[in-house]
Amino acid sequence: MRTRAGTASGKAGPGATADKASGGMGPDQSDGQAAISVRGLTKRYGDVAAVRGIDFEVSRGETFGFLGPNGAGKTTTIKILCTLAGATTGTAKVAGHDTGTDQDEVRRNIGLVFQDTTLDNYLTAEQNLRFHAALYAVPKAAVAPRMRQVLDMVGLWERRDNLVSTFSGGMQRRLEIARGLLHAPRVLFLDEPTVGLDPQTRSSIWSYINELKGREDITIFLTTHYMDEAENCDRIAIIDHGRIVAIDTPEALKASVGKDRVQIHTVDDPAAITSLAARFGVEAAVHDGAVTFSVAAGEEFVPRLFSELGVAISSVSVSRPSLDDVFMSYTGSTIRDAEASSIDVMRQRAAHWRGGRR
Amino acid sequence: MVTRVAKATVDAKTEAALVAEIRVAVPEHSLWHNVRAVNIVWRRELIRFRTDRLRAISSLIQPFLFLFVLGTGLSTLARRGMPPGVDFKTFIYPGVLAMSVLFTAVFSAGSIVWDREFGFLREMLVAPVSRASLVVGKCLGGTTIATFQGLVFLALAGFAHVPYDPALLATLVGELLLLSFTLTAFGLMMAARIKQFQSFMALTQMLVMPLFFLSGALYPLNGLPAWLSVLTRIDPLTYIVGPMRHAVFDHLTMPSAYVQRLAPGITWGSWVVPVGVSLGIVAVMGLVMGVVAIGEFRKTE
Repeated sequence: MRTRAGTASGKAGPGATADKASGGMGPDQSDGQAAISVRGLTKRYGDVAAVRGIDFEVSRGETFGFLGPNGAGKTTTIKILCTLAGATTGTAKVAGHDTGTDQDEVRRNIGLVFQDTTLDNYLTAEQNLRFHAALYAVPKAAVAPRMRQVLDMVGLWERRDNLVSTFSGGMQRRLEIARGLLHAPRVLFLDEPTVGLDPQTRSSIWSYINELKGREDITIFLTTHYMDEAENCDRIAIIDHGRIVAIDTPEALKASVGKDRVQIHTVDDPAAITSLAARFGVEAAVHDGAVTFSVAAGEEFVPRLFSELGVAISSVSVSRPSLDDVFMSYTGSTIRDAEASSIDVMRQRAAHWRGGRR
Repeated sequence: MVTRVAKATVDAKTEAALVAEIRVAVPEHSLWHNVRAVNIVWRRELIRFRTDRLRAISSLIQPFLFLFVLGTGLSTLARRGMPPGVDFKTFIYPGVLAMSVLFTAVFSAGSIVWDREFGFLREMLVAPVSRASLVVGKCLGGTTIATFQGLVFLALAGFAHVPYDPALLATLVGELLLLSFTLTAFGLMMAARIKQFQSFMALTQMLVMPLFFLSGALYPLNGLPAWLSVLTRIDPLTYIVGPMRHAVFDHLTMPSAYVQRLAPGITWGSWVVPVGVSLGIVAVMGLVMGVVAIGEFRKTE
């Protein structure tokens, strides 16, 4: 719990953990207590390097997110951590057990929610959970109460006797999360937990995950390419082309980008721009019909603006840098661009293959 | 079912205790855990079979057609070759009984390919249980389902003038179990490698029909042309159809010359393969294929 508190305070004050950005982890997190510990991990498929040497640690109770475009190496990393794939070089430990040499122990300690559904549609929700309980050696006496607990949490207790094939996509995902938790894992892996779901279901899944953090002593490792979801994490690693380019709290990452964007509506825009330059040394321009400029700590700047600008302001908005900005500043492209280009690469490859066969 | 939790919301203390209870049991390396895994995989197969009545009915249609339509239709033609008073249906009954489990057993293994395609296999492969227990569970599942199909067909024995003799029925059930096991193991061995359900169906269909036709299910094994004689001896199914027919004819009252003609036993050259050896061959083949299947699943991913 100690490290959890540390992370929480880090979240409150971005400056306190800003120094982590370079090293990636605090000094107090030794191998012994880390939920996940990865050293020099690489994975090659033929001559394609999917993961090119990554290091990170996740402490107990932390929610850690892997953020990156498709094809960045997120799923490969999760596969290695879950013993579904072997590392080419380097080591990965989960709950203190090596994923290469101690697979059964790792498997006992983790819960998994895959990107694609792995439920049996022809069984009921309860039958799916009972199957899982037996495979994970949940003591027989504990199965029924624990099942009730996890099904209540995801709001599916009433539907336990229904066939999974009658469930909507969101319900299936919730059931999978419940199943992943059934055996009380120490680490829960969520690979793109909300991909392909509608916004409402996505937010309800996230409220379950957040509730879960409060209720269970659990470490959550998730991958996502949704910026807004990464905000829910205690810490984020931004991964691009198989490398971690930044690792820190969302707040600290955004602070590292620096400036907030301020937009004001005034009675006299040209005068406001002149005044901004003269009194604050800020370069402003009109974008989208509003005087727009960037400053560090925008919220603290606004009161000064009102008292010192000398031009009447009718409205003001301050927006913090988004994780999109963060991603952009570390990788030089937005996450959408990165995905588009990786699709282009695939298309080119496909075209090459077709061409080659003719 | 929920006896221990009275309220919908469990108070924090109970919850912590529960989590602790589950945690304590986490490093359970016992044989018992694997037995439990075998059991649940087996039971899943049964649940799925129970909810799929269409499959149960459709797989009984084929042996039904063979016995009653083909059997009746050919009996006028076969009357010349048959000893007086012996029905052609009686002759082919053991072979068709074997057929009644053939497709069910092989295709039940196809559920692994199905599971792979729909992702459920991953749920099993990532679990902390040995791959062997998954394969054994699947094998037991297929064996049970196929044998059950066989039992339904066995109930029709009277229509083929086969007596409901307890000793005969017990022997046939035992042989059906063995046959179902070996066929499921064969199916699992195939399923371990094949990634698409349709390929699995096509491939097994392609293999199963020749196995059936070469097994001597529909004709006696003596007096065949050399090439066919050799092929029947290679077919593993021959070694189960032979003993089944032997058991049936053992319980019929007819001159031994007739039995000699219709159920001559399997011969290698001049040596008549004893029933025990014949069944042993089938059992060993089943075990070998089962072990190969386990090996294949250890390799997966």
